[in-house]
Amino acid sequence: MSPTKPDLAAPATEADRHELLRVDDLHVHFALRGGLLQRFTGRSSGAVKAVDGVSFALRRGEVLGVVGESGSGKTTLGRAILRTIPITGGRVRFEGVDITDLRESQLRPLRQRMQMVFQDPNASLNPAMDLLTAVGHPLRIHGITDDEDQIRRRVAQAFETVGLAPVDQFLHKYPSDLSGGQKQRAVIARAIILNPRLLVADEPVSMLDMSVRAKILQLMLELKQEMNLTYVYVTHDLATAKFFCDTIAIMYLGRIVEYGPAEEIYADPKHPYTQSLLRAVPEPDPAKSVPRDLPRGEVPDAARPPLGCSFHPRCPKAFEICGWESRDLRDLLERHWLAHPDDGLDQSRRVVGDVSALDQPALTATVPTGGGHSSGEVAELLDRIKADDPDEPLWSGVRDVRRSSGGVDVEFRDDCVDPPLYRVDQQDVACLLYRDNPVTR
Amino acid sequence: MTEQPVLSVRDLKVWYGTARGAVRAVDGVSFDLRRGETLGLVGESGCGKSTLGRGVLGLLPDAAKTAGSVLFEGRDLTTLSRRELRALRGPQLGLIFQEPMTRLNPLMRISDHFLETLRTHEPDLSKTQMRRRAIETLGAMGIPPTRFTNYPHEFSGGMRQRIMIALALVLNPKFVVADEPTTALDVLVEAQILSILSDIKRNFDTAILLITHNLGIIAESCERVAVMYAGRIAEAGDARAVFARPAHPYTRELLASTISLSTTRLHYIPGAPPDLVNPPPGCRFHPRCPDAMQVCPMRHPPTVTTELNQQVDCWLHGPEELIPPGGTQPLEREAIRVADEA
Amino acid sequence: MTSEFMAPGGGVTETPLAVRRGRFTGLRRAIAPVAQARGLPKWVLYIGSVLVLMFVVFAIFAPWISPYSFDQYQDSHGHRFPQSAPPSPQHWFGTNIMSTDVFSHIVYGSRTALEVVVIAVVISMVIGVPLGLFSGYYGGPFDRFVVLVMDAMFAFPSLLLAILIAFLLRGKFDFFGASFSGIMSAAISITVIYIPQYFRVIRNSVISVREEPYVEAARVLGAKPRTVIARYVFGNVVQNVPVIATLNAADALLTLAGLGFLGYGVQPTEAAEWGYDLQRALGEASGGIWWTSVFPGLAIVLLVTGLTLVGESLNDMLNPVLRRRQLLPVKITNTEIELATEAPTEQRGPRD
Repeated sequence: MSPTKPDLAAPATEADRHELLRVDDLHVHFALRGGLLQRFTGRSSGAVKAVDGVSFALRRGEVLGVVGESGSGKTTLGRAILRTIPITGGRVRFEGVDITDLRESQLRPLRQRMQMVFQDPNASLNPAMDLLTAVGHPLRIHGITDDEDQIRRRVAQAFETVGLAPVDQFLHKYPSDLSGGQKQRAVIARAIILNPRLLVADEPVSMLDMSVRAKILQLMLELKQEMNLTYVYVTHDLATAKFFCDTIAIMYLGRIVEYGPAEEIYADPKHPYTQSLLRAVPEPDPAKSVPRDLPRGEVPDAARPPLGCSFHPRCPKAFEICGWESRDLRDLLERHWLAHPDDGLDQSRRVVGDVSALDQPALTATVPTGGGHSSGEVAELLDRIKADDPDEPLWSGVRDVRRSSGGVDVEFRDDCVDPPLYRVDQQDVACLLYRDNPVTR
Repeated sequence: MTEQPVLSVRDLKVWYGTARGAVRAVDGVSFDLRRGETLGLVGESGCGKSTLGRGVLGLLPDAAKTAGSVLFEGRDLTTLSRRELRALRGPQLGLIFQEPMTRLNPLMRISDHFLETLRTHEPDLSKTQMRRRAIETLGAMGIPPTRFTNYPHEFSGGMRQRIMIALALVLNPKFVVADEPTTALDVLVEAQILSILSDIKRNFDTAILLITHNLGIIAESCERVAVMYAGRIAEAGDARAVFARPAHPYTRELLASTISLSTTRLHYIPGAPPDLVNPPPGCRFHPRCPDAMQVCPMRHPPTVTTELNQQVDCWLHGPEELIPPGGTQPLEREAIRVADEA
Repeated sequence: MTSEFMAPGGGVTETPLAVRRGRFTGLRRAIAPVAQARGLPKWVLYIGSVLVLMFVVFAIFAPWISPYSFDQYQDSHGHRFPQSAPPSPQHWFGTNIMSTDVFSHIVYGSRTALEVVVIAVVISMVIGVPLGLFSGYYGGPFDRFVVLVMDAMFAFPSLLLAILIAFLLRGKFDFFGASFSGIMSAAISITVIYIPQYFRVIRNSVISVREEPYVEAARVLGAKPRTVIARYVFGNVVQNVPVIATLNAADALLTLAGLGFLGYGVQPTEAAEWGYDLQRALGEASGGIWWTSVFPGLAIVLLVTGLTLVGESLNDMLNPVLRRRQLLPVKITNTEIELATEAPTEQRGPRD
């Protein structure tokens, strides 16, 4: 019964081949209000670039997987495509129409053809509406029909399609009477009742039980075939994306870092980030589990992204021009104290002053001296750390280390590069390992 | 391996009273946990796994009724008073929650969280000793000493979960319940936390009951696994063995429905977990079981130990002398509708 | 209204097929917890409702219950009632300084009180709720402006504000007829005080509901803001209204009495009003004439208590923060699952 992936990748007919959605250099920035302290000190806190220059095109019947960790901007991207949040820059074209600057009233008729499925099925249905009213509401909203019987018929049809059967049992249920999977089916029924072309699915299965996920994914695959739907599947889960998507866009801190056909990306991931993500997926079959080689740290604060390549602080393959800077030095010092808590901890802590002084994006970092110590001792500590792990890529990005009055100045290379997307085989990869390859677009 | 188990749960039942009747969230569960061992407890939502975790620690609401015994170091936790339990929680028993954000006081520095915990349970330590203990424990979780006096909001979600784990371990408890500790976290951070959890066993000699709905997590970080279904343990055993050769049809189906990178086709278990007010008679999985036999709805299967040392409650593994004649004939059932799901 | 709160059944889990759909299903579901409530809140609700109902009966059937009219100072034979006479078989609660019957004043006074309170509550609801809905949903400069105005009104001493409005409104409603004019202007002066309360509570819950995915979903569906507010937001904030309404009613009653006491409320020629009666009784109280002050005072206290009890118990039942999960005592029975030879028939757990 269960269809396998190859069956679904049936070639689209020539007529359908034109694109449904095109996103060009999309930017969505959120202004930061700043904390209490910042408001007192009057420091402006700038903007978070939730989506920072994303481009892609999507053909009819295609499934694009937007994969990333939280804070990658994947959800924001999904919402920006549907224009439910303000777009800062770039263009979104849907069915050949530029919808970037349309007013909400002009957008409303288009909403029949672009719909969304949300992450939390428990919250995406109005608790005060029964399913018949909720799922039939789009028909009223768009003035398709106001006739009770007709609405009932259409809703019943949609319920059949999504597997909420027997229909009569569900029509007058309220969301609180349903299980998570049933709610998600109702949400999907509401989304497809208008016969949309594009469905943005924002983590549609991540809040469901493992045993229900497969059912909902199966339903979405069937709908894609029956209704010739095009999906943007937003997820953090590479395993379901592998199953579901034709094309994958891996996002990190608001940018696409790797983009290409799903098969290629899973078979031969090019970006070190994609490689780590794939290795981190838990595998229940002990025979197939792979050794872990996890990147350190977590997604940095999007309000103050790292210099150069945003992934370089966590990247196992980073090298000299990836964007080494002051904050990386702080991480290195802290890692040293973690590894040598007994030997280095108390001593070194006193040697070095407050390391939060390093917490600025700067190409020259001053490691401050602790009270009663000299800059010479700080320099010795840095030498010790370097001798400890000479292969640490940060050192390759250091141009000069010299003593100064307040401590030791570490000067980093100023020729770091923010990687554009390079064309590597069938993928576009934003990684400087491929800087000899041509830049896409 | 004849060592005395740290925790020994026997025939534990936890029932909740509702207007519709008693919800048998946990209905006769037995298991042992040895020193430094991690037992993974896995099941669909609503199978009673969280209730079991809390029931073991005595953290249930007043209206829940408990029966059976929870032997911890020779004492039956179910008979202890609230006050006695509170004294045990922390130094002996720990709990790691799903959402680290809500469990740290935003107005207290990390250092204060630790000093307060240590002061309450180990008042004899000097302040320097407390500091040192806290920094060491945090270090084992990968939190550098320079961050000791930061406030919770200055940490990321994964860091906060590490802090919560450190806070649960700083008193060196013998037994910790980790209730979906990584569910709210990203894949990479989840993997980091899981590798920390497996380090804990080595460094702290703590027995962990890891509750999760993700079989992948169990495979990565547990020696033993217990698969729970409808308030009972369907199968328990060595994690590798259970995943390689699941003895219970439920385990097998659950494994098959888990989507991982090696999944090539979607598979799911038809139907939904039963209503725990009125669970199906006999084996509770029989209405969804592809291998159901005539005997299954008649009697609950006794626990049988397989040759791979898996404890399984399934008539497929006998004992044959208890199966009435003709009991092994396949069971005829009504078709299950798609929408009957969890 | 009260009887609907007490209606049994209406469980959430089982929605009968024949359930009437429409705009008010949301409200009905919001009130469902009342039917399910048990224990102390339910008793508090009962006691409050009985008190309130008593005065409602007084108000509706005043001409039949009360032996005399509120402004009657002589019997049908033209004999003037005694002045400040103690309770007697003719005058159960005695008479006051104007020779009118105190009991009749109590009965007619409940009519005045309920008229004013109902009009005040309805008008402040009709203005405060939509204002809160729109202000909260749209936000922006309009919202900030309305919040400022409402806060200013809130900060102003409420009785003073009511007096000011009452003074301004005097005689403005004469077209309603003399007796209703006073009631109307008293009601409106009270209304002004309570609009900010509805506004605040509704606006704050709108702001949290506005961020719910189902509201975003409605926008993605292409619903106009008006539709979103009416169909997706309103139904999920309306459960706050009954609570504020009953609590405000209690408070409004006190304000009305205060206005009457100070002489700015309903005029004695227009209707009987407890606050005014209290004020007139004050002078005589030192002379041992207790009945003219005790009975109106008691009436105020009882009705205010009744309304407060209803409001507080509704709050206990409807407020999700205060609402505890209903768990019943349970007894673990020996289920004998292991050795059951036959399929156990329906087993019911709780036997308390």
